[in-house]
Amino acid sequence: MLKVLKPGFFSTIQDNGRYGLLDKGVPVSGYMDAFSASKLNKLLENEKDSAMIEVTMTGPQLKFTKPTTICVGGALFSGAINETPILNYKLYTVNSGDIVSFGKLDKGFRAYIAIKGGFQTKKILNSRSFFQPITQFSSIKKDDEIGYETVSDFKPKISELKIDSHLNIKNIQVFRGPEFDLLNDKQLEEIFAKEFSVSKENNRMAYQLKETITGLKFSMLTSATQPGTIQLTPAGKLIVLMKDGQTTGGYPRILQLSEKAISILAQKKYGDEISFKLE
Amino acid sequence: MIDYAISIKPFGSKAMLVEWPNKVDEDVLKDILNFSNYLNKNCLKEDDWDIVPAYNSLTLISRNDDINSDEFIAKLQKWYAHKKNSESVQRYLWKLPVCYDLEFGIDLSEVGEKLNLSIDQIIQEHTKHQYTVYGIGFLPGFMYLGGLPKHLEIPRKSSPRLKVVKGAVGLAEKQTGVYPQNSPGGWNIIGNCLVPLFSPQKEEPCFVNVGDKVQFYAIEKAEYELRKIEIDVGIYNLEKVRIDA
Repeated sequence: MLKVLKPGFFSTIQDNGRYGLLDKGVPVSGYMDAFSASKLNKLLENEKDSAMIEVTMTGPQLKFTKPTTICVGGALFSGAINETPILNYKLYTVNSGDIVSFGKLDKGFRAYIAIKGGFQTKKILNSRSFFQPITQFSSIKKDDEIGYETVSDFKPKISELKIDSHLNIKNIQVFRGPEFDLLNDKQLEEIFAKEFSVSKENNRMAYQLKETITGLKFSMLTSATQPGTIQLTPAGKLIVLMKDGQTTGGYPRILQLSEKAISILAQKKYGDEISFKLE
Repeated sequence: MIDYAISIKPFGSKAMLVEWPNKVDEDVLKDILNFSNYLNKNCLKEDDWDIVPAYNSLTLISRNDDINSDEFIAKLQKWYAHKKNSESVQRYLWKLPVCYDLEFGIDLSEVGEKLNLSIDQIIQEHTKHQYTVYGIGFLPGFMYLGGLPKHLEIPRKSSPRLKVVKGAVGLAEKQTGVYPQNSPGGWNIIGNCLVPLFSPQKEEPCFVNVGDKVQFYAIEKAEYELRKIEIDVGIYNLEKVRIDA
Protein backbone atom coordinates (compact mmCIF):
# COMPACT_ATOMS: atom_id res chain seq x y z
CA MET A 1 0.00 0.00 0.00
CA LEU A 2 0.82 3.64 -0.17
CA LYS A 3 0.92 5.91 2.83
CA VAL A 4 -0.08 9.56 2.60
CA LEU A 5 2.60 11.67 4.30
CA LYS A 6 1.08 14.94 3.10
CA PRO A 7 -2.25 15.08 1.28
CA GLY A 8 -1.68 18.29 -0.72
CA PHE A 9 -4.38 20.95 -1.12
CA PHE A 10 -7.12 18.70 -2.48
CA SER A 11 -6.25 15.20 -3.63
CA THR A 12 -8.86 12.58 -4.45
CA ILE A 13 -9.13 9.11 -5.92
CA GLN A 14 -10.86 9.16 -9.29
CA ASP A 15 -11.75 6.58 -11.90
CA ASN A 16 -13.90 6.85 -15.00
CA GLY A 17 -16.93 7.74 -12.89
CA ARG A 18 -20.10 6.48 -11.27
CA TYR A 19 -22.70 5.56 -13.85
CA GLY A 20 -26.26 4.31 -13.63
CA LEU A 21 -27.57 6.63 -10.89
CA LEU A 22 -27.97 9.89 -12.78
CA ASP A 23 -31.74 9.49 -12.45
CA LYS A 24 -31.30 9.39 -8.66
CA GLY A 25 -29.33 12.62 -8.60
CA VAL A 26 -25.86 11.09 -8.35
CA PRO A 27 -23.25 12.98 -10.38
CA VAL A 28 -20.90 11.06 -12.67
CA SER A 29 -17.71 12.27 -10.93
CA GLY A 30 -14.49 10.75 -12.30
CA TYR A 31 -11.32 12.27 -13.78
CA MET A 32 -11.80 16.02 -14.33
CA ASP A 33 -9.16 15.87 -17.06
CA ALA A 34 -10.15 12.59 -18.70
CA PHE A 35 -7.86 13.34 -21.66
CA SER A 36 -4.72 13.18 -19.49
CA ALA A 37 -6.00 10.27 -17.41
CA SER A 38 -6.65 8.15 -20.47
CA LYS A 39 -3.08 8.70 -21.73
CA LEU A 40 -1.75 7.51 -18.38
CA ASN A 41 -3.93 4.41 -18.38
CA LYS A 42 -2.79 3.60 -21.92
CA LEU A 43 0.85 4.01 -21.05
CA LEU A 44 0.46 1.76 -18.02
CA GLU A 45 -1.61 -0.70 -20.11
CA ASN A 46 -4.38 -0.38 -17.53
CA GLU A 47 -8.12 -0.83 -17.89
CA LYS A 48 -9.59 2.47 -19.06
CA ASP A 49 -11.37 3.08 -15.77
CA SER A 50 -8.41 2.41 -13.45
CA ALA A 51 -8.34 4.55 -10.32
CA MET A 52 -5.62 7.18 -9.87
CA ILE A 53 -4.93 10.09 -7.57
CA GLU A 54 -6.12 13.47 -8.82
CA VAL A 55 -3.99 16.25 -7.40
CA THR A 56 -5.22 19.85 -7.27
CA MET A 57 -2.95 22.90 -7.09
CA THR A 58 -0.44 21.49 -4.59
CA GLY A 59 0.74 17.94 -4.65
CA PRO A 60 0.93 15.29 -1.98
CA GLN A 61 3.85 13.39 -0.56
CA LEU A 62 3.36 9.64 -0.75
CA LYS A 63 5.36 6.73 0.58
CA PHE A 64 5.23 3.42 -1.31
CA THR A 65 5.60 0.17 0.63
CA LYS A 66 5.91 -2.34 -2.19
CA PRO A 67 7.18 -2.32 -5.77
CA THR A 68 5.11 -1.08 -8.69
CA THR A 69 5.24 1.14 -11.76
CA ILE A 70 3.81 4.64 -11.70
CA CYS A 71 3.32 7.46 -14.14
CA VAL A 72 2.25 11.07 -13.66
CA GLY A 73 0.53 13.47 -16.06
CA GLY A 74 -1.94 16.30 -16.49
CA ALA A 75 -0.67 19.52 -14.93
CA LEU A 76 3.07 20.18 -14.83
CA PHE A 77 4.54 19.92 -11.36
CA SER A 78 8.17 19.62 -10.36
CA GLY A 79 7.82 16.13 -8.93
CA ALA A 80 10.38 13.67 -7.66
CA ILE A 81 10.87 10.09 -6.56
CA ASN A 82 13.05 10.57 -3.50
CA GLU A 83 15.45 13.22 -4.82
CA THR A 84 15.28 12.30 -8.51
CA PRO A 85 13.06 14.58 -10.62
CA ILE A 86 10.34 12.89 -12.68
CA LEU A 87 8.74 13.82 -15.98
CA ASN A 88 5.12 13.61 -17.11
CA TYR A 89 4.01 10.63 -19.20
CA LYS A 90 7.07 8.54 -18.43
CA LEU A 91 6.99 5.22 -16.57
CA TYR A 92 8.95 4.88 -13.34
CA THR A 93 9.56 1.85 -11.18
CA VAL A 94 9.16 2.52 -7.48
CA ASN A 95 10.33 0.29 -4.66
CA SER A 96 9.44 -0.23 -1.06
CA GLY A 97 10.28 2.92 0.93
CA ASP A 98 10.34 5.28 -2.04
CA ILE A 99 8.77 8.68 -1.50
CA VAL A 100 7.03 10.46 -4.34
CA SER A 101 6.56 14.16 -3.80
CA PHE A 102 5.30 17.08 -5.78
CA GLY A 103 6.88 20.49 -5.61
CA LYS A 104 5.86 23.64 -7.43
CA LEU A 105 2.96 23.78 -9.86
CA ASP A 106 4.35 25.05 -13.16
CA LYS A 107 1.40 24.85 -15.51
CA GLY A 108 -2.20 23.64 -15.39
CA PHE A 109 -4.12 22.87 -12.22
CA ARG A 110 -4.74 19.12 -11.86
CA ALA A 111 -2.20 16.35 -12.05
CA TYR A 112 -2.66 12.59 -11.95
CA ILE A 113 -0.61 9.94 -10.22
CA ALA A 114 -1.43 6.70 -11.95
CA ILE A 115 -0.26 3.24 -10.98
CA LYS A 116 -0.03 -0.12 -12.74
CA GLY A 117 -3.35 -1.90 -12.14
CA GLY A 118 -4.97 1.17 -10.57
CA PHE A 119 -5.46 1.97 -6.89
CA GLN A 120 -7.52 -0.69 -5.13
CA THR A 121 -9.74 1.37 -2.86
CA LYS A 122 -13.25 0.20 -2.06
CA LYS A 123 -15.84 0.71 -4.77
CA ILE A 124 -19.03 2.42 -3.67
CA LEU A 125 -21.95 2.19 -6.08
CA ASN A 126 -19.63 0.82 -8.76
CA SER A 127 -16.95 3.47 -8.60
CA ARG A 128 -13.92 4.48 -6.58
CA SER A 129 -14.38 8.18 -7.37
CA PHE A 130 -14.57 10.36 -4.28
CA PHE A 131 -17.80 12.27 -3.88
CA GLN A 132 -19.10 13.11 -0.47
CA PRO A 133 -21.45 11.86 0.95
CA ILE A 134 -21.45 8.85 -1.40
CA THR A 135 -17.90 8.32 -0.18
CA GLN A 136 -17.11 9.01 3.45
CA PHE A 137 -14.50 11.67 2.73
CA SER A 138 -14.19 14.34 0.10
CA SER A 139 -10.40 14.09 -0.23
CA ILE A 140 -7.49 11.99 0.98
CA LYS A 141 -5.96 12.84 4.37
CA LYS A 142 -2.62 12.55 6.08
CA ASP A 143 -1.88 8.97 7.17
CA ASP A 144 -4.44 7.43 4.79
CA GLU A 145 -3.37 4.08 3.41
CA ILE A 146 -4.23 3.40 -0.20
CA GLY A 147 -4.00 -0.13 -1.54
CA TYR A 148 -2.43 -1.31 -4.80
CA GLU A 149 -1.14 -4.58 -6.23
CA THR A 150 2.53 -5.45 -6.13
CA VAL A 151 3.94 -5.39 -9.66
CA SER A 152 7.53 -6.37 -10.33
CA ASP A 153 7.35 -7.99 -13.76
CA PHE A 154 5.65 -5.31 -15.87
CA LYS A 155 7.32 -5.10 -19.27
CA PRO A 156 5.72 -2.07 -20.90
CA LYS A 157 5.40 -1.83 -24.68
CA ILE A 158 6.49 1.79 -24.51
CA SER A 159 8.01 3.66 -21.61
CA GLU A 160 7.28 7.25 -22.55
CA LEU A 161 4.62 9.24 -24.42
CA LYS A 162 5.01 12.53 -26.20
CA ILE A 163 1.62 14.19 -26.10
CA ASP A 164 0.26 17.39 -27.54
CA SER A 165 -0.25 19.31 -24.36
CA HIS A 166 -3.66 20.91 -23.93
CA LEU A 167 -2.44 23.07 -21.05
CA ASN A 168 -1.89 26.10 -23.30
CA ILE A 169 -5.19 25.98 -25.14
CA LYS A 170 -7.46 28.97 -24.40
CA ASN A 171 -10.06 28.62 -27.08
CA ILE A 172 -12.45 25.83 -26.22
CA GLN A 173 -14.97 23.98 -28.32
CA VAL A 174 -18.66 24.13 -27.47
CA PHE A 175 -21.83 22.74 -28.98
CA ARG A 176 -25.22 24.42 -28.97
CA GLY A 177 -27.04 23.62 -25.72
CA PRO A 178 -30.77 22.79 -25.64
CA GLU A 179 -31.72 26.44 -24.92
CA PHE A 180 -29.16 27.99 -27.30
CA ASP A 181 -31.92 29.40 -29.52
CA LEU A 182 -33.09 31.69 -26.71
CA LEU A 183 -29.91 33.77 -27.07
CA ASN A 184 -30.26 37.06 -28.94
CA ASP A 185 -27.62 38.59 -31.22
CA LYS A 186 -26.22 40.72 -28.43
CA GLN A 187 -25.75 37.74 -26.15
CA LEU A 188 -24.18 35.69 -28.96
CA GLU A 189 -21.70 38.46 -29.61
CA GLU A 190 -20.92 38.77 -25.92
CA ILE A 191 -20.25 35.04 -25.69
CA PHE A 192 -18.19 34.52 -28.82
CA ALA A 193 -16.37 37.83 -29.17
CA LYS A 194 -15.26 38.16 -25.57
CA GLU A 195 -12.74 36.46 -23.40
CA PHE A 196 -13.75 35.10 -20.02
CA SER A 197 -11.76 34.31 -16.94
CA VAL A 198 -12.19 31.67 -14.27
CA SER A 199 -13.68 33.09 -11.05
CA LYS A 200 -12.77 32.09 -7.51
CA GLU A 201 -15.82 29.83 -7.52
CA ASN A 202 -14.24 26.91 -9.32
CA ASN A 203 -14.15 23.33 -8.16
CA ARG A 204 -15.06 19.81 -9.22
CA MET A 205 -18.77 20.73 -9.22
CA ALA A 206 -18.68 23.85 -11.36
CA TYR A 207 -16.59 26.65 -12.82
CA GLN A 208 -18.20 30.06 -12.61
CA LEU A 209 -16.85 32.65 -15.02
CA LYS A 210 -15.99 36.10 -13.74
CA GLU A 211 -17.34 38.21 -16.60
CA THR A 212 -21.09 38.40 -16.96
CA ILE A 213 -23.18 38.82 -20.09
CA THR A 214 -26.77 39.97 -20.62
CA GLY A 215 -28.89 37.68 -18.48
CA LEU A 216 -31.65 35.37 -19.58
CA LYS A 217 -34.94 35.49 -17.73
CA PHE A 218 -36.57 32.31 -18.85
CA SER A 219 -38.62 30.11 -16.64
CA MET A 220 -38.07 26.48 -17.53
CA LEU A 221 -38.91 23.20 -15.86
CA THR A 222 -36.01 21.44 -14.19
CA SER A 223 -34.28 19.15 -16.66
CA ALA A 224 -31.10 17.07 -16.95
CA THR A 225 -27.64 18.63 -17.04
CA GLN A 226 -24.27 17.03 -17.84
CA PRO A 227 -20.64 17.71 -17.10
CA GLY A 228 -19.75 20.53 -19.49
CA THR A 229 -23.21 22.10 -19.57
CA ILE A 230 -23.03 25.92 -19.48
CA GLN A 231 -25.97 27.51 -17.68
CA LEU A 232 -26.83 31.20 -18.03
CA THR A 233 -28.47 32.76 -14.97
CA PRO A 234 -30.97 35.64 -14.98
CA ALA A 235 -28.16 37.88 -13.63
CA GLY A 236 -25.95 37.00 -16.62
CA LYS A 237 -23.55 34.66 -14.88
CA LEU A 238 -22.13 31.73 -16.83
CA ILE A 239 -21.79 28.51 -14.85
CA VAL A 240 -19.97 25.56 -16.39
CA LEU A 241 -20.94 22.33 -14.66
CA MET A 242 -18.06 19.90 -14.14
CA LYS A 243 -17.75 16.21 -13.18
CA ASP A 244 -19.31 16.49 -9.70
CA GLY A 245 -21.98 18.88 -10.95
CA GLN A 246 -25.64 18.41 -10.15
CA THR A 247 -27.57 16.14 -12.52
CA THR A 248 -30.53 18.48 -13.04
CA GLY A 249 -30.96 22.22 -13.19
CA GLY A 250 -33.44 24.96 -13.88
CA TYR A 251 -31.29 27.54 -15.69
CA PRO A 252 -31.16 27.63 -19.50
CA ARG A 253 -28.45 25.31 -20.84
CA ILE A 254 -27.05 27.51 -23.56
CA LEU A 255 -23.87 25.63 -24.47
CA GLN A 256 -22.30 22.22 -24.00
CA LEU A 257 -18.55 21.67 -23.83
CA SER A 258 -17.01 18.85 -25.85
CA GLU A 259 -15.26 16.10 -23.86
CA LYS A 260 -11.87 17.53 -24.73
CA ALA A 261 -13.03 21.01 -23.71
CA ILE A 262 -13.91 19.74 -20.22
CA SER A 263 -10.36 18.41 -19.89
CA ILE A 264 -8.95 21.74 -21.06
CA LEU A 265 -11.07 23.73 -18.61
CA ALA A 266 -10.21 21.33 -15.77
CA GLN A 267 -6.61 22.56 -16.07
CA LYS A 268 -7.59 26.24 -15.60
CA LYS A 269 -7.36 28.00 -12.29
CA TYR A 270 -8.59 31.29 -10.85
CA GLY A 271 -7.87 34.13 -13.26
CA ASP A 272 -7.00 31.97 -16.31
CA GLU A 273 -8.59 33.12 -19.54
CA ILE A 274 -10.75 31.17 -21.97
CA SER A 275 -12.82 31.88 -25.06
CA PHE A 276 -15.46 29.83 -26.83
CA LYS A 277 -15.72 28.57 -30.39
CA LEU A 278 -18.92 27.05 -31.64
CA GLU A 279 -18.71 23.64 -33.26
CA MET B 1 -53.11 6.75 -24.30
CA ILE B 2 -52.46 10.05 -26.05
CA ASP B 3 -49.43 10.65 -28.21
CA TYR B 4 -47.80 13.96 -27.57
CA ALA B 5 -45.93 16.16 -30.01
CA ILE B 6 -42.39 15.53 -28.83
CA SER B 7 -39.31 17.46 -29.86
CA ILE B 8 -35.89 15.84 -30.02
CA LYS B 9 -32.63 17.75 -30.05
CA PRO B 10 -28.95 16.98 -29.56
CA PHE B 11 -27.44 17.96 -26.22
CA GLY B 12 -23.72 17.88 -26.95
CA SER B 13 -22.13 15.01 -28.86
CA LYS B 14 -23.19 12.23 -26.51
CA ALA B 15 -26.70 13.09 -25.41
CA MET B 16 -30.16 13.61 -26.83
CA LEU B 17 -32.94 15.58 -25.17
CA VAL B 18 -36.55 14.56 -25.79
CA GLU B 19 -39.10 17.16 -24.70
CA TRP B 20 -42.84 16.98 -24.15
CA PRO B 21 -45.19 20.01 -23.93
CA ASN B 22 -43.91 22.49 -21.38
CA LYS B 23 -46.21 21.80 -18.42
CA VAL B 24 -46.28 20.05 -15.07
CA ASP B 25 -48.75 17.28 -15.83
CA GLU B 26 -49.00 13.73 -14.58
CA ASP B 27 -50.15 12.32 -17.91
CA VAL B 28 -47.10 13.84 -19.59
CA LEU B 29 -44.88 12.34 -16.88
CA LYS B 30 -46.47 8.89 -17.32
CA ASP B 31 -45.93 9.05 -21.08
CA ILE B 32 -42.27 9.97 -20.48
CA LEU B 33 -41.79 7.04 -18.10
CA ASN B 34 -43.50 4.59 -20.44
CA PHE B 35 -41.25 5.70 -23.27
CA SER B 36 -38.22 5.43 -21.01
CA ASN B 37 -39.28 1.92 -20.03
CA TYR B 38 -39.82 0.95 -23.67
CA LEU B 39 -36.38 2.27 -24.67
CA ASN B 40 -34.77 0.44 -21.78
CA LYS B 41 -36.39 -2.87 -22.60
CA ASN B 42 -36.31 -2.86 -26.36
CA CYS B 43 -33.98 -0.30 -27.85
CA LEU B 44 -31.02 0.81 -25.77
CA LYS B 45 -28.44 -1.45 -24.19
CA GLU B 46 -28.58 -0.88 -20.45
CA ASP B 47 -24.84 -0.60 -19.89
CA ASP B 48 -24.39 1.96 -22.62
CA TRP B 49 -26.94 4.59 -21.59
CA ASP B 50 -28.10 6.77 -18.74
CA ILE B 51 -31.71 7.88 -18.99
CA VAL B 52 -32.83 10.87 -16.93
CA PRO B 53 -36.53 11.76 -16.73
CA ALA B 54 -37.63 15.11 -15.24
CA TYR B 55 -40.95 16.97 -15.50
CA ASN B 56 -41.43 17.26 -19.29
CA SER B 57 -38.17 15.82 -20.57
CA LEU B 58 -36.19 12.66 -21.03
CA THR B 59 -32.43 12.93 -21.55
CA LEU B 60 -30.54 10.00 -23.05
CA ILE B 61 -26.81 10.06 -22.39
CA SER B 62 -24.41 7.69 -24.11
CA ARG B 63 -21.63 6.46 -21.83
CA ASN B 64 -19.20 5.64 -24.60
CA ASP B 65 -19.62 6.58 -28.22
CA ASP B 66 -20.70 9.83 -29.79
CA ILE B 67 -24.21 9.84 -31.21
CA ASN B 68 -24.98 10.24 -34.89
CA SER B 69 -27.69 12.88 -34.32
CA ASP B 70 -29.80 12.66 -37.48
CA GLU B 71 -29.89 8.90 -37.45
CA PHE B 72 -30.67 8.71 -33.74
CA ILE B 73 -33.44 11.32 -33.91
CA ALA B 74 -35.13 9.34 -36.68
CA LYS B 75 -34.86 6.15 -34.61
CA LEU B 76 -36.30 7.85 -31.53
CA GLN B 77 -39.27 9.17 -33.53
CA LYS B 78 -39.92 5.67 -34.79
CA TRP B 79 -39.57 4.13 -31.34
CA TYR B 80 -41.92 6.71 -29.84
CA ALA B 81 -44.56 5.83 -32.42
CA HIS B 82 -44.09 2.12 -31.68
CA LYS B 83 -44.18 2.32 -27.92
CA LYS B 84 -48.00 2.49 -27.70
CA ASN B 85 -48.54 -1.06 -26.62
CA SER B 86 -45.73 -1.18 -24.13
CA GLU B 87 -46.64 -1.93 -20.55
CA SER B 88 -46.74 0.98 -18.16
CA VAL B 89 -44.35 1.30 -15.25
CA GLN B 90 -45.44 0.16 -11.78
CA ARG B 91 -45.50 3.19 -9.51
CA TYR B 92 -45.70 3.39 -5.75
CA LEU B 93 -47.04 5.74 -3.11
CA TRP B 94 -44.53 6.09 -0.27
CA LYS B 95 -45.76 7.12 3.17
CA LEU B 96 -43.08 9.06 4.94
CA PRO B 97 -43.16 9.92 8.66
CA VAL B 98 -42.34 13.51 9.53
CA CYS B 99 -41.88 14.98 12.98
CA TYR B 100 -43.17 18.56 12.94
CA ASP B 101 -41.90 19.23 16.46
CA LEU B 102 -40.58 22.79 16.80
CA GLU B 103 -37.14 21.35 17.47
CA PHE B 104 -37.06 20.25 13.79
CA GLY B 105 -39.59 22.66 12.31
CA ILE B 106 -37.38 25.65 12.94
CA ASP B 107 -39.33 27.90 10.56
CA LEU B 108 -42.82 26.67 11.45
CA SER B 109 -43.78 29.71 13.51
CA GLU B 110 -42.52 32.12 10.87
CA VAL B 111 -44.26 30.19 8.08
CA GLY B 112 -47.47 30.24 10.13
CA GLU B 113 -47.31 34.00 10.53
CA LYS B 114 -46.57 34.63 6.87
CA LEU B 115 -49.27 32.27 5.59
CA ASN B 116 -51.72 33.22 8.29
CA LEU B 117 -52.15 29.59 9.36
CA SER B 118 -51.79 27.89 12.72
CA ILE B 119 -49.07 25.27 13.08
CA ASP B 120 -51.73 22.54 13.23
CA GLN B 121 -53.24 23.83 10.01
CA ILE B 122 -49.86 23.75 8.28
CA ILE B 123 -49.31 20.16 9.38
CA GLN B 124 -52.81 19.16 8.33
CA GLU B 125 -52.43 20.71 4.90
CA HIS B 126 -48.93 19.35 4.37
CA THR B 127 -49.94 15.78 5.24
CA LYS B 128 -53.29 15.79 3.42
CA HIS B 129 -51.96 15.67 -0.13
CA GLN B 130 -50.10 13.17 -2.26
CA TYR B 131 -47.13 14.70 -4.01
CA THR B 132 -45.83 13.42 -7.34
CA VAL B 133 -42.07 12.93 -7.83
CA TYR B 134 -41.38 14.86 -11.04
CA GLY B 135 -37.63 14.49 -10.86
CA ILE B 136 -34.69 13.49 -8.67
CA GLY B 137 -31.65 15.75 -8.75
CA PHE B 138 -29.85 18.71 -7.16
CA LEU B 139 -28.52 16.26 -4.51
CA PRO B 140 -28.51 12.44 -4.56
CA GLY B 141 -32.05 11.41 -3.58
CA PHE B 142 -33.54 14.92 -3.66
CA MET B 143 -37.12 14.69 -4.96
CA TYR B 144 -38.78 17.46 -6.92
CA LEU B 145 -42.34 17.13 -5.62
CA GLY B 146 -45.35 18.59 -7.38
CA GLY B 147 -48.85 19.13 -6.05
CA LEU B 148 -48.35 21.50 -3.12
CA PRO B 149 -51.62 23.27 -2.22
CA LYS B 150 -51.64 26.95 -3.07
CA HIS B 151 -51.98 28.19 0.48
CA LEU B 152 -48.67 26.55 1.47
CA GLU B 153 -46.73 28.44 -1.20
CA ILE B 154 -44.15 30.67 0.43
CA PRO B 155 -41.01 32.39 -0.94
CA ARG B 156 -37.54 31.03 -0.15
CA LYS B 157 -35.88 32.54 2.88
CA SER B 158 -34.18 35.83 2.04
CA SER B 159 -30.77 34.50 3.04
CA PRO B 160 -30.03 30.78 2.73
CA ARG B 161 -28.69 28.80 5.67
CA LEU B 162 -25.16 27.44 5.45
CA LYS B 163 -26.38 24.15 6.86
CA VAL B 164 -29.77 22.53 6.62
CA VAL B 165 -29.74 19.12 8.29
CA LYS B 166 -30.33 15.76 6.63
CA GLY B 167 -34.03 14.90 6.61
CA ALA B 168 -35.20 18.52 6.89
CA VAL B 169 -38.59 18.99 5.26
CA GLY B 170 -38.96 22.31 3.54
CA LEU B 171 -41.32 24.61 1.66
CA ALA B 172 -40.28 26.97 -1.14
CA GLU B 173 -42.46 28.52 -3.83
CA LYS B 174 -44.57 25.77 -5.39
CA GLN B 175 -42.45 22.99 -3.94
CA THR B 176 -42.03 20.89 -0.87
CA GLY B 177 -39.18 18.47 -0.35
CA VAL B 178 -36.77 16.65 1.92
CA TYR B 179 -33.04 17.39 2.15
CA PRO B 180 -31.41 13.95 1.73
CA GLN B 181 -28.16 15.13 3.30
CA ASN B 182 -26.74 18.11 5.16
CA SER B 183 -26.56 20.94 2.69
CA PRO B 184 -26.72 24.71 2.40
CA GLY B 185 -30.27 25.71 1.57
CA GLY B 186 -32.87 28.45 1.45
CA TRP B 187 -36.09 26.54 2.03
CA ASN B 188 -38.39 27.13 5.00
CA ILE B 189 -37.93 24.16 7.31
CA ILE B 190 -41.10 22.76 8.87
CA GLY B 191 -40.09 19.30 10.11
CA ASN B 192 -37.81 16.30 9.75
CA CYS B 193 -38.34 13.06 7.85
CA LEU B 194 -36.34 10.28 9.44
CA VAL B 195 -36.38 7.84 6.53
CA PRO B 196 -33.05 8.19 4.67
CA LEU B 197 -33.76 9.03 1.04
CA PHE B 198 -30.32 8.07 -0.13
CA SER B 199 -28.20 5.28 1.38
CA PRO B 200 -24.91 4.82 -0.49
CA GLN B 201 -24.22 1.50 1.26
CA LYS B 202 -27.35 -0.13 -0.14
CA GLU B 203 -27.38 -1.88 -3.49
CA GLU B 204 -30.54 0.10 -4.29
CA PRO B 205 -29.51 3.39 -2.66
CA CYS B 206 -32.68 5.33 -3.44
CA PHE B 207 -36.04 3.55 -3.16
CA VAL B 208 -38.05 6.31 -4.83
CA ASN B 209 -38.38 6.52 -8.60
CA VAL B 210 -39.49 9.44 -10.72
CA GLY B 211 -43.26 9.03 -11.18
CA ASP B 212 -43.86 7.69 -7.67
CA LYS B 213 -45.89 9.62 -5.12
CA VAL B 214 -45.11 10.68 -1.61
CA GLN B 215 -47.45 11.41 1.28
CA PHE B 216 -46.19 12.65 4.63
CA TYR B 217 -47.75 11.76 7.96
CA ALA B 218 -47.10 13.42 11.30
CA ILE B 219 -45.43 11.61 14.18
CA GLU B 220 -44.67 12.80 17.68
CA LYS B 221 -41.15 13.31 18.99
CA ALA B 222 -41.27 10.09 21.06
CA GLU B 223 -42.23 7.99 18.06
CA TYR B 224 -39.55 9.74 15.97
CA GLU B 225 -36.89 8.62 18.47
CA LEU B 226 -38.21 5.05 18.46
CA ARG B 227 -38.37 4.78 14.66
CA LYS B 228 -34.91 6.27 14.42
CA ILE B 229 -33.54 3.33 16.41
CA GLU B 230 -35.44 0.92 14.16
CA ILE B 231 -33.86 2.55 11.12
CA ASP B 232 -30.38 2.44 12.67
CA VAL B 233 -30.63 -1.30 13.33
CA GLY B 234 -32.33 -1.96 10.00
CA ILE B 235 -35.74 -3.26 11.12
CA TYR B 236 -37.85 -0.30 10.07
CA ASN B 237 -40.61 -1.11 7.59
CA LEU B 238 -41.33 1.63 5.12
CA GLU B 239 -44.95 1.80 4.03
CA LYS B 240 -45.63 1.67 0.32
CA VAL B 241 -48.78 1.22 -1.73
CA ARG B 242 -49.01 0.24 -5.39
CA ILE B 243 -50.51 2.90 -7.60
CA ASP B 244 -52.72 1.50 -10.35
CA ALA B 245 -51.51 2.56 -13.76
